Amino acid sequence: MIGGYGGSPILNGCTISVDRGEIAVVVGPNGAGKSTAMKAIAGMLNLTSGNVVLAGKSITTLPTQMRVKAGMALVPQNDNIFPTMTVRENLDMGALLSRDTAAQTMKEVFDLFPILAEKRNQIAGQLSGGQRQQLAMGRALMTRPTALMLDEPTAGVSPNVMDEMFEKIRGVAELGLAVLIVEQNAASALEVADIGYVLVEGRNRFTGSGQDLLNDPETRRSFLGAHS
Amino acid sequence: MTDILNALVHLTNLMILPGLAYASQLALGAMGVTLIFSVLRFSNFAHAETMSLGTAFCIIVTLWFQQLGISFGFLPTALLALPFAIVLTAIFLILSDRMVYRHFRRRNAKPEIFMILSSGIMLIINGMTRLLVGPKGRIIDDGERFLVTAREFKEWSGLAEALVIKNTVVLTIIIAIFICSVLFWFLKNTETGKSMRAYSDNRDLALLSGVDPERIVFITWILVAVLATLGGVLFGLDKGYRPFVFQQLLLPVFAAAVVGGLGNQVGAIVGAVVIAFSEIGLTFAWKRFFSYLLPADLEPTSMMQILSTEYKFAVSFTILVLVLLFKPSGLMGGSQR
Repeated sequence: MIGGYGGSPILNGCTISVDRGEIAVVVGPNGAGKSTAMKAIAGMLNLTSGNVVLAGKSITTLPTQMRVKAGMALVPQNDNIFPTMTVRENLDMGALLSRDTAAQTMKEVFDLFPILAEKRNQIAGQLSGGQRQQLAMGRALMTRPTALMLDEPTAGVSPNVMDEMFEKIRGVAELGLAVLIVEQNAASALEVADIGYVLVEGRNRFTGSGQDLLNDPETRRSFLGAHS
Repeated sequence: MTDILNALVHLTNLMILPGLAYASQLALGAMGVTLIFSVLRFSNFAHAETMSLGTAFCIIVTLWFQQLGISFGFLPTALLALPFAIVLTAIFLILSDRMVYRHFRRRNAKPEIFMILSSGIMLIINGMTRLLVGPKGRIIDDGERFLVTAREFKEWSGLAEALVIKNTVVLTIIIAIFICSVLFWFLKNTETGKSMRAYSDNRDLALLSGVDPERIVFITWILVAVLATLGGVLFGLDKGYRPFVFQQLLLPVFAAAVVGGLGNQVGAIVGAVVIAFSEIGLTFAWKRFFSYLLPADLEPTSMMQILSTEYKFAVSFTILVLVLLFKPSGLMGGSQR
């Protein structure tokens, strides 16, 4: 993928892929284009060249809402819930495209995130950081995606809840979804990753299994310093 | 006691009832402005002209009905013509969106560009209304004039002051309250309404939830057509239709929307009440009111009018400036854009 917001491209030919049932983690320094890559996959910025393929079909030219229909879901880093609506209404928003199965999906989401069932009638803006992230993920799952992208799912989440979040994400992948995560807490994220990508200046620098990257001395030194 | 009653009747008759009617008309206009601002994200300078166009359509259909001999009993014929006028206005607005706004929306143009585009549309409608119904004033109110006449009230109450209740005033207030309630219910409870709120709160997240932006835009223009046409026709029934006067509605309507907080529907209503009563209160001759309440030797000698009526636009303009200076997000807090 090559693309950016107008000026010089932020993505300089990076390639990211993930299979169903697996978790891929993208790490890299600030400004490496991690979030931009996700936005490009979601159709929120235009690629100058490259392709986005979902389940064998190219979705490169589709607008965002059609990509969602095709089975892609993204949880943005910020503003990822509707704060004035209740938890329940937030989930309903995700179910716009799949009304017939909404009740069933919502049950699955509640099973995965019991706290949401408990707080279903609360205004979403009043939730704690961790609960917000769970709601954001729940809303994304309501669209019944085959590929789920999470931009910094542990941002604003307390460290002890973080491990729980990664466990939940693991659970989501086991439902048969392809999960792609961009993460600052690289070490913890790579622990659960089936495959890891290190992005630098919009290019792939290293690719390998989560463990490989964790064990690779250069990666450790450059990107995981604070956490190792 | 009689003096106090006389004073209150006088105030209700000349200030409170006309104020409420004017506030209702402004509220319908301001809610349209605020809806466009929150969903389509621009200040629609063509809004007053849209109200004017809706009214012009209504006048044409009304004249046609009158020729056919269709009337609405004691209610004005214009009410029968309203649905037709709303449909015609909606068609015009959607066409203008398809032909002008959509192109720029797809390019993610800045709100300023839309504002300028809307000024262009304003000039186009301005010409259209004059071609449709001419530049002259028209009285569109037919049917019964009064619910309560001055004579009836005086005979019933025995007071010196009369309370006159015009049909159009009552109609205006009832219809405005009804339409506002329906709009609030729609935005709060229906799936489409929630999608609209979601789209205006956080456009990206709404798209990520699969909301179809073109459908939201389409429905927004239809709601705007309903609000603008109703506001325009009710204003026209109450005060007569003159294209030039409708053009001047832009300032108070925008002032109401901004004072309440752009993007806030409840704010639009509060803003409309503030603007309407400030305009009327500051240009009202308080002499009679006080002469009933004060002892005879303190009776005011002047008219006790703070501003002459020619200055009423200065009132909404001044309030607009003050709010923008001291509370730019409006009294009820608008959206953060």
